[in-house]
Amino acid sequence: MSKDPQSLRGAVQAKTKFRDKFTAWQLHHRQSARESLGRILQSPLASLMTCLVVAIALALPTTLLVALNNLQILGDSWDANPKISVFINVRAREEAVRQLQKDLQAFAEINDVEYISPEQALQEFQAMSGFGEILGFLDENPLPPTLVVTPVSSIVEPASLKTLAMKIGEKPIVDTVDLDMDWVRRLQELMVLGRKIVTALAGLLSLGVLLSLGNTIRLAIESRKEEIIITKLVGGSNGFVRRPFLYSGAWYGFLGGVVACILVFAGFSSIKGTVANLAAAYQSQFFLQGLGFSGNLGLLAVSTILGLMGAWLAVGRHLSEIEPR
Amino acid sequence: MIEFSNVSKRYPTGHEALSRVNLNVGEDEMVFLTGHSGAGKSTLMKLIMLMERPSAGQVVIGGRNLNRMRAGQIPLHRRQVGVVFQNHQLLFDRNVFENVALPLRIAGYGSREIARRVRAALDKVSLLDREKVNPITLSGGEQQRVGIARAVVNKPPLLLADEPTGNLDPELSAEIMKLFRQFNEVGVTILIASHDVELIRAMDCRVLSLSQGQLVYDGFLV
Repeated sequence: MSKDPQSLRGAVQAKTKFRDKFTAWQLHHRQSARESLGRILQSPLASLMTCLVVAIALALPTTLLVALNNLQILGDSWDANPKISVFINVRAREEAVRQLQKDLQAFAEINDVEYISPEQALQEFQAMSGFGEILGFLDENPLPPTLVVTPVSSIVEPASLKTLAMKIGEKPIVDTVDLDMDWVRRLQELMVLGRKIVTALAGLLSLGVLLSLGNTIRLAIESRKEEIIITKLVGGSNGFVRRPFLYSGAWYGFLGGVVACILVFAGFSSIKGTVANLAAAYQSQFFLQGLGFSGNLGLLAVSTILGLMGAWLAVGRHLSEIEPR
Repeated sequence: MIEFSNVSKRYPTGHEALSRVNLNVGEDEMVFLTGHSGAGKSTLMKLIMLMERPSAGQVVIGGRNLNRMRAGQIPLHRRQVGVVFQNHQLLFDRNVFENVALPLRIAGYGSREIARRVRAALDKVSLLDREKVNPITLSGGEQQRVGIARAVVNKPPLLLADEPTGNLDPELSAEIMKLFRQFNEVGVTILIASHDVELIRAMDCRVLSLSQGQLVYDGFLV
């Protein structure tokens, strides 16, 4: 194939032209970003108001979500391994109890079975309850032998735990099986409900952010109507006209997000000490978890995207209405 | 460069602004468009700018049929047509330099190229020393010259001017016309809407005359 210098030149030209266009496009993005930030900073008070609206609307559900996460951590640490207490008939012989321990150990659903003899139980009770002297007056040990069953970690739902408890309860020497699941279940269900409420709240407040930023951008478009018309008259594309407004929206969202991060941080910092004291009083290792690095980053991303979307809504609705007549 | 075949424009109100207009303006021509207000001059200009679409007939500009042009192609078309407005349409939130630079920024030129071209255009209209001032501080004639610089900075092959001397005294008007003639001499097709008969007579150019939406005269004034 012969190389046609003419067509080669054409290809090179097209390539440079594309590169020029790309460079110009990048340049306009940079300019739009800088210019729209400049405009926001030009009227600091009005911009601060807008950012505060965004920040408060986002900080509220974020705080609730972080609080829920903390509750979850607290719940998990209390209930990492739900235990089943199996009280054996006081008249059962120790060998029978040992045999039962072995039998239970063989269950696929059971991870570990601990045997607590009546004597051990009495000692623990005396040590912990402070009733030691009174217990000394008793003729015989009233406490039954107990097996503490730890199910395998895959069994966590209340229903399967209940099934397991019932299975254990069928053994002849077993008196009662105590599965104190109610508070765990309630906590879990409350948590699910809480999450649903927070999600709905977050959705509503995000919609609020979207609309209020959309309105801010609409006003900006309105005030720069003349410029838009002239730009369109001298050949500005819709993308060119749209760009600075989209950047404004993104900036408002981002700056609002920064303020929201600060608000959440300040809020949690102010109660951190109190919570630590409270946890210490309950001998808990628990400490309050803040938003964290990825949480802050996520909040900023969400707020920026919300700003961009709000601007997009306003721009889509109002920019096409402004045409040179 | 400009071809109208059987072009009519009827507005939704029922008013027929142009009816069955045929005209042809070649490259390198300088043509005046006259007629009373309401004769259809502005509508004709708007059709060329694609600010309006014809109700019937075809408009072809520089070989491109505007009827077939989609909305997305309009900006590119407008970059090929420089426009000078009667009321200048300058932006008072930026200086003269930035006003003139706007079409170049839109077209995506680099800043060095923009500076070069803007200064060349401002030099052409003798306003090089005013690039840093806000156009609001300029006189009417100077503002109009800034508008002209903006219209030609992108070197469009076609230049439209809608009553460019409408608010200017005869001396300034003549100056502006001299500028248009200079652009025409370097190959720019120019269409000027005006009802200043004295001025048109002095320029000795081809004249298109509209009356009630119809082309009633096409030729040189005698």
